[in-house]
Amino acid sequence: MVLNASHRLDVTFAALADPTRRAILSRLASGEASVTELAKPFPMSQPAISRHLKVLERAGLISRGRDAQRRPRRLEANPLAEAAIWLEGYRRFWEARFQRLDALLDELKVTDKKPRRNKR
Amino acid sequence: MKNILQVTTRGDREIVMSRVFNAPRHLVFEACSKPELVRRWLLGPDGWSMPVCEIDLRVGGSYRYVWRHSDGREMGMGGVYREIVVPERVVATEKFDEAWYPGEAVGTLVLAERDGKTTLTQTMFYDSRETRDAILKSPMEKGVAVSYDRLETVLAAMPNEGVEKAS
Repeated sequence: MVLNASHRLDVTFAALADPTRRAILSRLASGEASVTELAKPFPMSQPAISRHLKVLERAGLISRGRDAQRRPRRLEANPLAEAAIWLEGYRRFWEARFQRLDALLDELKVTDKKPRRNKR
Repeated sequence: MKNILQVTTRGDREIVMSRVFNAPRHLVFEACSKPELVRRWLLGPDGWSMPVCEIDLRVGGSYRYVWRHSDGREMGMGGVYREIVVPERVVATEKFDEAWYPGEAVGTLVLAERDGKTTLTQTMFYDSRETRDAILKSPMEKGVAVSYDRLETVLAAMPNEGVEKAS
């Protein structure tokens, strides 16, 4: 099945919306791991982790390695990088604006304190 | 401590931004609604100024922003206020002049004060998923964002607070 770019991103965003799935991706960013290894840090059952892995797999964010015994999962970087970089680019753009707003507010706080008498 | 800007998507059609400012709410509201203050911070990357910043802050009133780059490029946008509750909430439509996406967006600004600090939450609601994604992509296309050497850097920048609590 071929997904168009927009639909693929939608699936990616949905998969990224869950903190456990993001943590699994963080773990896989440092190398492939089996389901048992992936489940270890989480206070949830292995079947629950497997369900999260299925969502990530459907989104094309992870795939299965060749080792038939361990079936290690590994990161498929492309769709993830695309979605995450969009968000991060947008975030940086606004962060630059908000840092200017920080500076402006510091200035306003000083002048706000002086003419206190006429304030409600 | 540094105040971190969180940016997330919600559903198919929304972008939600949230950030804390070390200032009381009435000042943040002023900085977001008085033209002489807005034009000092609502800028793009270096090289951009904001020669037009008109705000008619009343329901049905309109606002208009134009940014200009030193190389002559211009970018304008504007909209109409739908809801105003001073100093906590503003709902307004938003449309760029040369929109590279269809339809218009509706932005909701909410300011909440606690212990002298203000949390600003801006929600943008787009008319389609395509529009939302085009907006998210736009700062990239304008060359604002930085490229990443490693995926880990990107992952580390994503909100993860739910997991920290669980482990």
